[in-house]
Amino acid sequence: MSEGDGKIVLSCSVNGEPQLLNVYPMARLLDVLREELRFTGTKEGCGEGECGACSVLIDGLLVNSCLVPVLQMAGAEIRTIEGVANGEQLHAVQQAFIEYGGAQCGICTPGMVLAAINLLDRNPNPDESEIREGLAGNLCRCTGYIKIFEAVVRACQNSKA
Amino acid sequence: MKPQHTVGTPVPRKEGREKVTGQARYIDDLHFPDMLYGVTVRSPAPRGRIRQIVFESDTIPWDDIVIVTAKDIPGENAVALILMDQPYLAADFVNHPEEPIVLLAHHDKYLLEEARRSVRIHVDPAPALFSIEDSLSRKEVIWGSDNIFKSFHVEKGDVDKVWPNADFIVEGEYSTGAQEQLYIENNGVIAIANADDGVTVWGSMQCPYYVHKALTKLFPLPEEKIRVIQVETGGGFGGKEEYPSMIAGHAALLAWKAGRPVKIVYDRAEDMVATTKRHPSSTRHRTAVSREGKLLGMEIDFVIDGGAYATLSSVVLSRGTIHAAGPYSCPNVRIKSKAVATNSPPHGAFRGFGAPQSIFALERHLNKVAKTVGLTPEELRRRNFIRQGETTATAQLIREKVDMQALMERAFELTNYYEKRERFGVENRTSKNKKGIGFASFMHGAGFTGSGEQYLQSVVGVEATAQGRVRVLAASTEIGQGTNTIFAQIVAEALNLDYETIEIARPDTGNVPNSGPTVASRTVMIVGKLVESAALGLKQTLIQSGFLREGYSKSDFQEACLNYVEKHGALKSFSQYKQPENIRWDDEKYQGDAYGAYAWAVYVAEVTIDAVTYEAHVDDFVAVQEVGHVMHPVLAAGQIEGGVAQAIGFTLFENVVWRDGRMVNNQMTNYIIPTAADIPLIRVFFAETPSTMGPSGAKGIGELPMDGAAPAILNAIEHALGLSINRVPLMPEAMMQAMEGERV
Repeated sequence: MSEGDGKIVLSCSVNGEPQLLNVYPMARLLDVLREELRFTGTKEGCGEGECGACSVLIDGLLVNSCLVPVLQMAGAEIRTIEGVANGEQLHAVQQAFIEYGGAQCGICTPGMVLAAINLLDRNPNPDESEIREGLAGNLCRCTGYIKIFEAVVRACQNSKA
Repeated sequence: MKPQHTVGTPVPRKEGREKVTGQARYIDDLHFPDMLYGVTVRSPAPRGRIRQIVFESDTIPWDDIVIVTAKDIPGENAVALILMDQPYLAADFVNHPEEPIVLLAHHDKYLLEEARRSVRIHVDPAPALFSIEDSLSRKEVIWGSDNIFKSFHVEKGDVDKVWPNADFIVEGEYSTGAQEQLYIENNGVIAIANADDGVTVWGSMQCPYYVHKALTKLFPLPEEKIRVIQVETGGGFGGKEEYPSMIAGHAALLAWKAGRPVKIVYDRAEDMVATTKRHPSSTRHRTAVSREGKLLGMEIDFVIDGGAYATLSSVVLSRGTIHAAGPYSCPNVRIKSKAVATNSPPHGAFRGFGAPQSIFALERHLNKVAKTVGLTPEELRRRNFIRQGETTATAQLIREKVDMQALMERAFELTNYYEKRERFGVENRTSKNKKGIGFASFMHGAGFTGSGEQYLQSVVGVEATAQGRVRVLAASTEIGQGTNTIFAQIVAEALNLDYETIEIARPDTGNVPNSGPTVASRTVMIVGKLVESAALGLKQTLIQSGFLREGYSKSDFQEACLNYVEKHGALKSFSQYKQPENIRWDDEKYQGDAYGAYAWAVYVAEVTIDAVTYEAHVDDFVAVQEVGHVMHPVLAAGQIEGGVAQAIGFTLFENVVWRDGRMVNNQMTNYIIPTAADIPLIRVFFAETPSTMGPSGAKGIGELPMDGAAPAILNAIEHALGLSINRVPLMPEAMMQAMEGERV
């Protein structure tokens, strides 16, 4: 649907809430999330799909939102870091990141948490190499990844308990 | 009441919840009403005279765009740091590619980007220098009278006398490349600036008071009219030590002219091409050694490339110089070092601060010395390790207990070093891929070098809040390393309060005292000690004024704070650094106690070299270190693991490609840092010998892990291939050349 100013109207859902967006079709999903909807937990690290700081889940798939034109989001279900905790109740992955030192500066953390959740959704019992591969699209400069691996392993154990 | 320990336990990170839920607000997450965006137009040439600036394109509404050039600067056009040689905006001459010349601001960032591309800067080129060699040979003089920012000369014993009596004289040359800090959050600030309210800057930074000092020169305003506030910062590693003074000044200049708030946030390409990197280095060693493997004399020539302006090169050089002779006892040492100018953007602070460069050279060189003498690398070191009661290259007497040999044996035990050293040697004869194991032994000084802490005279405050809680007032920033958490632990421990109840004030120059920059592995050891004494001072005040008695409960303490605040209005306690009597430093001779304390370490790396791709993969990494008392086991291990990963990047992945002084691979696509798939299990072990310097016996650890990986990995590669490679980064292309060259 065009409105003459080059913008389109599209509907999608973000963190379970329906959204009616009036946007430029080629706007980056990252910018729409951050600037229109103020979901600023989604971060920009490189703007070219390398670092994964802008990772979101689109219909259950982990995607770099800096590479997605918003027009592709018609009818999509988007989940950002803001939609991970259940109210005050943190997700097992978030809890484990706090306890095991998975977050340091925190800028990669939203994307990393979503990548870890996505990994555990696909594979509830990942071995070490599967964890490495599952997180290899998300760069972290602080932790050396070791504490993140530990957090993911702990989150698996906790969700089983 | 029985004291409970908070220090030494893995309490949850103070701001952890905000970070894992996406609620933590970084600079680019903030938006002010009426805010404009700012961009920087930069020099297209490495060196030359600015002939003309042309605002092209008829489609750009230039009248609507705020334009700032050097002419608009109200105060001094120089970024105040150690010297005042770097302009905020080049006025008529440029000294490096991407040097800032024009600033633009507008509310529409897409239009602004078009405008930026439509500014043409014409430069009449002048001859430029792009290497240490060309700078040293003065092919052209581009800075001062001789291209030298700073030089040091450390002299111990009489090196000139040792050469005739040496059984062996071993020489070698070593070099290291630039490295990008690559914090995942780019540099960014927001500024509000006008004559009435003064200048306020919010930003991603390590050192609010550095920015404050710089802005007081840039604007003709009294100090109290300048306010700098750190917001949540997405990594620094030194990259946000000095550069924020530049970008903060730019945003403030635009805001001053526009009369509206201005945000400048770099994108990745600009951050990589224009901001600081680790200094490239070149080191020559000449060592006299006896038949028994005792070091008789060391002559070290250490040079770093500072880029176009002085910035922090003199202090980076200082740390590199002092660490150049390592944790060894040698009676005769001469270290001559220089920081030289080239026409690239200034190189700057990066975790390790010169030490990773000079330690790389030494730890590679000692393997060569061992080979020449006919000893194993470990036996040579064993015979020369420094011990309590001996002196370093700057004649610093080691007063605290140090046992490098024990650290080494522990690291070897954990890695099966001896067995692997032998087995790989046998297996490599027939296997396609080659395996090797190697190590490096080293130290890292905590705190500012020499008299630095004495000059800084850092101050920390602790106050009681209106709720009767205790809050720390310090300018030391949380940049991921855990400042908030550790400071809260220190206060909780000192006052026997709950960790959860301790608050940390936001670093805001309008509200916190100057506790110095967040650099140099000083935050826990130096500033943390001040936090502890300020907290104890608060308690003393409560006791002396009769509001509190020893043996108090946590609620007694809170009540005492509330009562005191009610009666007197406020309760604050401050503590200022005083140099301990026994720490002495001579700036002229460069002799004495270079650091209040050192962390000591032995790192072991195991590698496999792929015979087809020529890639080296680190299979196992063990980091054993003595860092005083460990304040927080998870944060401490996180520092070591993160530092080692960054150092593995420095060694095998991260290659800055230069063309005429400009980084040309300024994207994450082709400047590669290690991913989760590239890093081995990094196994971290602490030996704890409580230090007298830090709170609860702690020492600094933040930079230490950057120092050891490069030489350990190249020593392992030497074991695997029998090839001595003495430059990092070691990319597969260079490995191929080395391996094929050997075969020819």
